[in-house]
Amino acid sequence: MLHGYGASLLEGALLTLSVAFMSLAVAMVLGLAGAVAKLSRSRPLQWLAGAYTTLIRAVPDLVMMLLVFYGGQMLINQIGEKLGWEFIDVNPYVAGVLTIGFIFGAYLTEVLRGAFMAVPRGQREAALAYGMNPRQVMVRVVGPQMLRHALPGLSNVWLVMIKSTAIVSVIGLSDMMSRAGQAAGATREPFLFYVAAAVIYLAFTSVSELGFKLLQKRFAIGVKQVSL
Amino acid sequence: MNFDAIIDSLPLYVSGTWVTLQLLLLSCGIGLAMALPLAMLRSLPMVWLSWPIWLFTYVMRGTPMLVQLFLLYYGLAQFEVVRASPFWPWLSSPWFCAVTAFALNTCAYTTEILHGAMKAVPAGEIEAAKALGMSRWVMLRRIVLPSAFRRALPAYGNEVVLMLHGTALASVVTLLDLTGAARQMNSNYYLPYEAFVTAAVFYAAITAVLVALFRAAEARWLKPLLPRS
Repeated sequence: MLHGYGASLLEGALLTLSVAFMSLAVAMVLGLAGAVAKLSRSRPLQWLAGAYTTLIRAVPDLVMMLLVFYGGQMLINQIGEKLGWEFIDVNPYVAGVLTIGFIFGAYLTEVLRGAFMAVPRGQREAALAYGMNPRQVMVRVVGPQMLRHALPGLSNVWLVMIKSTAIVSVIGLSDMMSRAGQAAGATREPFLFYVAAAVIYLAFTSVSELGFKLLQKRFAIGVKQVSL
Repeated sequence: MNFDAIIDSLPLYVSGTWVTLQLLLLSCGIGLAMALPLAMLRSLPMVWLSWPIWLFTYVMRGTPMLVQLFLLYYGLAQFEVVRASPFWPWLSSPWFCAVTAFALNTCAYTTEILHGAMKAVPAGEIEAAKALGMSRWVMLRRIVLPSAFRRALPAYGNEVVLMLHGTALASVVTLLDLTGAARQMNSNYYLPYEAFVTAAVFYAAITAVLVALFRAAEARWLKPLLPRS
């Protein structure tokens, strides 16, 4: 049906998934750091995290990606020249993952900060009163509750992120979009291949949505449900 | 920073900003105009009406806008019928395809936003309207829509800002919008920092204006609905 390009498309889909998961890891680290900075008492840290989230929400992801890819290439080679390295080609995979992670780290900062603030103060205080150390308070009491409050936001960020990975094809990574483009060029059937790509993206987002729904149910065990 | 090159390219950026703003206004305008009836139909208690609309928004929200744009711009050319049709001059223009793809995409999100806002109208208000003998249309016009529009403002403001960022994709189909201008400048001078940072500053300025506009709108229309702080 796909003129033998099905395997290539699936390979691209795997790359798309791997970009998405790696970016999620980067975004998680940045998001946690950002949330800690925003919740900390230090003014400079608060300011820094505020600047980070504001900047990211003001600039399109494509512009950010082009800046990191082309600008990062130049920066690395300027540093390399001084240190006497040979010419380094910036890997589009690394540039893509870092950019997407950097962008969605800002959104996760807000999600995690909101989730932390949604846990009632009394919970922390009670845990401290029991003599738990700060790490135990986080792991045993605040963390699990935070996760429940963070899930809707997390699911949202993940869905947007998986779709955002489509733009890595613009900087030359051979993800699903560029595989579809190649197959379209070779067979002159662009509609077929872009529809196939769309169906795979839709499958990814649908499965993710389902998974997050189940998780949400799991984490809401013991929460009182009321209906109108 | 090479400021001479930036100043030399400013006309390019200004015309790019104009293209970006046109894309944004057209697609958001068309998207909102289509979303309004769709959201109303989606909120009616008839499944055969609301289900196809849900399916449309689900598919549009579940796939990347880049795929939707490519489907329109590259995909449709696959069919002889399309190429022979009188619409071909439009369908082969990147400008038309970009506006259509963006409008359909934002229409799906806006439909869901408006639908959510309409569902959030308190049941008592609707019951009161029914008790007063209002027909469905009068009730929508007088009670549901005014308060739904107010409630939808924050989410719609977000959507417009995201659409501004989405219009950057137009540069991928050869349009010279703000991002296209930056790519052009980068290939003219090979100055990636200057090129993309300048574009980022322009985008940030437009975002700031949009956010300020929506803040003002919220202060004017949403405040009365919120609890007093």
